[in-house]
Amino acid sequence: MIPGHQKGQNLRILVLAGGISHERDISLKSGRRVADALTDAGATVIIREPDENLFNHIAEDAPDVIWPTLHGASGEDGALRDILGLTSVPFVGAAADGARLAWDKSIAKIIAARTGLQTPASVTLPKDTFRELDAESVLAQVAKHMSFPVVVKPARSGSAQGVTIVEDATHLSRAMIDAYVYCDVAIIEKFVAGTELAVTVINQGGGLLALPAVEIEATGGRFGYDERVTAGEVNYFVPARLDQQILDRAGKIAVQIHEELCLRHISRVDLIVDENGVAWFLEVNVAPGLTETSLAPQAILATGATLSDVYLGIAEAARLGRG
Amino acid sequence: MSNETPRGNNFDHWLDSYAARANTLSVSEVRALFAVVSRPEVVSLAGGMPYVAALPRELLEDSFDTMMTERGNFALQYGGGQGDLRLRDQIREIMELEGIHASVEDIVITTGSQQGLDLLGGLFLDAGDVVLAESPSYVGALGIFRHYEAHVEHLVTDENGLDPDDLEIQIKALKAEGRRIKFLYLVPNFGNPSGVTLSEERRHRIVEICRREHILILEDNPYGLLYFGEKPPVAMRSYEEDCVIYLGSFSKILAPGLRVGYVLAPPAIRDKLVLANESALLSPSTFTQMLISEYLAKSDWQGQINTFRGVYRERRDAALNAMAEYLPQLHTTRPDGGFYLWITLPEGIDSKAMLPLAVTELVAYTPGTAFYANGGGHQNLRVSFCYPTPENINLGIKRLATVIKRQTDLLETFGNH
Repeated sequence: MIPGHQKGQNLRILVLAGGISHERDISLKSGRRVADALTDAGATVIIREPDENLFNHIAEDAPDVIWPTLHGASGEDGALRDILGLTSVPFVGAAADGARLAWDKSIAKIIAARTGLQTPASVTLPKDTFRELDAESVLAQVAKHMSFPVVVKPARSGSAQGVTIVEDATHLSRAMIDAYVYCDVAIIEKFVAGTELAVTVINQGGGLLALPAVEIEATGGRFGYDERVTAGEVNYFVPARLDQQILDRAGKIAVQIHEELCLRHISRVDLIVDENGVAWFLEVNVAPGLTETSLAPQAILATGATLSDVYLGIAEAARLGRG
Repeated sequence: MSNETPRGNNFDHWLDSYAARANTLSVSEVRALFAVVSRPEVVSLAGGMPYVAALPRELLEDSFDTMMTERGNFALQYGGGQGDLRLRDQIREIMELEGIHASVEDIVITTGSQQGLDLLGGLFLDAGDVVLAESPSYVGALGIFRHYEAHVEHLVTDENGLDPDDLEIQIKALKAEGRRIKFLYLVPNFGNPSGVTLSEERRHRIVEICRREHILILEDNPYGLLYFGEKPPVAMRSYEEDCVIYLGSFSKILAPGLRVGYVLAPPAIRDKLVLANESALLSPSTFTQMLISEYLAKSDWQGQINTFRGVYRERRDAALNAMAEYLPQLHTTRPDGGFYLWITLPEGIDSKAMLPLAVTELVAYTPGTAFYANGGGHQNLRVSFCYPTPENINLGIKRLATVIKRQTDLLETFGNH
C-alpha cells in the first residue's frame, strides 16, 4: 500500500476477471490493473475467475462490492450482471438491461439514433439471412446501396475482433465470414473517415462525468486487436487534437448514450469525428479495457487524478448504490 | 524524452531504441485466443504439454532429497557453462539408445533444447542467411530463425519425411541465386507438428547431400524415445559426426518445467557453444541438472519412458479413433510416436480464421499457419493428443467436427470464398 492511500482500507472488493470469451486475455490484464490500483488505495482486493464456485466465493469472500472486469460475452452480454443482481452484493458498472442493449452494437446504434445522435448507416444481417435469401443476391443489394469502403463487424464482440474494413464488393463475403466466426449477426456499416475518439464516462456518486477524449492514431492506419494490445503500435493524444467545441460535443454524446442506456458507473463510447466536425457514434462498452494501454485509464490520468482514487470512487459509488 | 507531442503517447518510450530484430517479435490475435485454454470447460488440443501427471512425484522427491543431502551446496551454486559432468555422462547413455556414441566432452547442457537452438542461431545466422526446413516445421525453431533474421525455405515433406530430391533441387536453386544456406533443420522422429518420421533411406541421403554441400544439419530429437511400436531409425548423428548437430531434451521424457536440454556438437562448435552459453547464462541451472542426474541414477527412468509411451499411445489411439468417428473424410497423419496429428481441412477452410469459432465451441487447436514461415498452412491444423485424457480427446475432436461443419456451411453459403 502506498503511504497516505488509506481511504479504501475498510472496503473489500471482489474483482472478477478472465471468463471464457475471446477477450479473456485482456480481461485478466484489466482485472490485475484494477486490483493493483484498488490495493494501492488501501482496499482489500480479491481477484477471481467466474466459475462454478462463484456463489461460494462471493459468500466466503464477503465483498462489499464486486467489480466485473470481464470483457466479451461473458461479462458484457448482461448474463453475469443478471446473476450478480440476484446476490445482495452491489457491483460496478451497468446492470443487466443496460449491458444487453450496449453489447449488441446494432441495438446500441438504434438507441443512439433515436436519441438524436449521428451513427453511420448500416445493415444488420444474421448469418441465416444469407442462407435463406442467397448470399450473392444479398451482397449485391448491399453493394448497390452502400458506398465503399464499409466496415464489417460482429454485432456482439469486442476489441475489434472480427472487424474488417472492406474497400470493394469483391472482399465483402470474406469479411462476412470473418465476422461470423465471432458472432451469428454481423453489421455492415458505412466507413466514416476521420479522427477516432474514445470518451470514457464515469460516475463516482456525484453525477456523470465525461473524461477528456482520447484520440487514437494508429501508426499503421488500423486500430485492430493487435494494435490495441501492443505498446508502440498506436499514438494516443489526450486531450485529442480537435477544437474544444467538438470535444465538448463528444463528451455530451458520451454522457447522453451512457444515460440513455443506464450504464451507471463506467462506460466508454467510441466515436469518429469526420472532416466536417460531425461526431458519429460507433459503439459503447460497458466493461472498457483497463489494461496499461487501454483508453479509459489514459482518460482518467489526463484529469490529473490517480487510478487508485478514481477506481476507489467508482467502487464506493457502487457500494452505496449511487450512479 | 517526451511521451507527448508531437507523437502522442505510444506506451513505449523506447520504440526508437530497439534493435531491428525486435521487429521479429509480435503478439497475435491467435495467441490471445489461446488464453482460454486454461479454462476447464475448454478442451485444448493446442499446446504440446507433456502429461507430467504420469510421472510419480516420489521419484523426483527422492532424487531431490538425495541431491540436497549429498550435493546441496553444489546444487545451489553456479556451475560450468558446459553443464554438470555427471549428467553429461548420463546423457551419453541416453543417446546410446538412439544409436549415438558420443563423448561427454562434446555435450553441452542448455536450458531446454530451445536455448540450444537459440545459441546455434546466434552463432551461425546472419541476416539473410537461409535455413532449410520441413513443411511444416516446429514453430519454436521458426521463431528463433526469424529472430536472427534468417529466411526459412520449406522443403517438400511427405509421409516418409523430408524429400531428399527436393533438398537437392532447392540447394541448387538457392546457391544459383547466390544465397547462403546455413542449416537444414529437422525433427526426424514423430515430427512437430506433422507426426511424421524420416525414413532410414532418406536419412542417409540427406546426410550425404548436406555433407557434400557443406550444410549443417540440426537434428532436433525430443520425441525419438516416445515410440509406440517399433523404434524409429537411428539418429543421423550416429553415422555423421561433423555435419550433424544433435539436440535432445528432458522435456518430453521427464518434465519440461525442469528446462534441461542438451546439444551434441563437433568439438570446434562445442567450444563456441560453451562460450555462448556462459555469455548468455553463466551456466544452465545447476539445481535442475543435479536433480535430473539423481533421478537418472536412482530410478528406473527407462521404465518411466515406457510408461509415457503407454499413456501417449492410448491417447494417439483415442485421437485417431475420434477422427475416424467424427471426421472420417479428413486426412490425418498417423504417427507411431510423439504428440501430434496433422490434419488437412476441406478446401477453402482456413484454420486460423476458424479458431474463434472453435473457442466458442470450447475446443482449441493450433492453426497450421504457425508452422510455416512463408504464410502456408492455412488448410491444416495440429491436434496435440499428449495432454488431454482420452475422453477429452474424443470430446474435443467431436467439437472440432461441429466447428468444421459450421465453417463449411458458412463457406458454402458464401460460395467458398
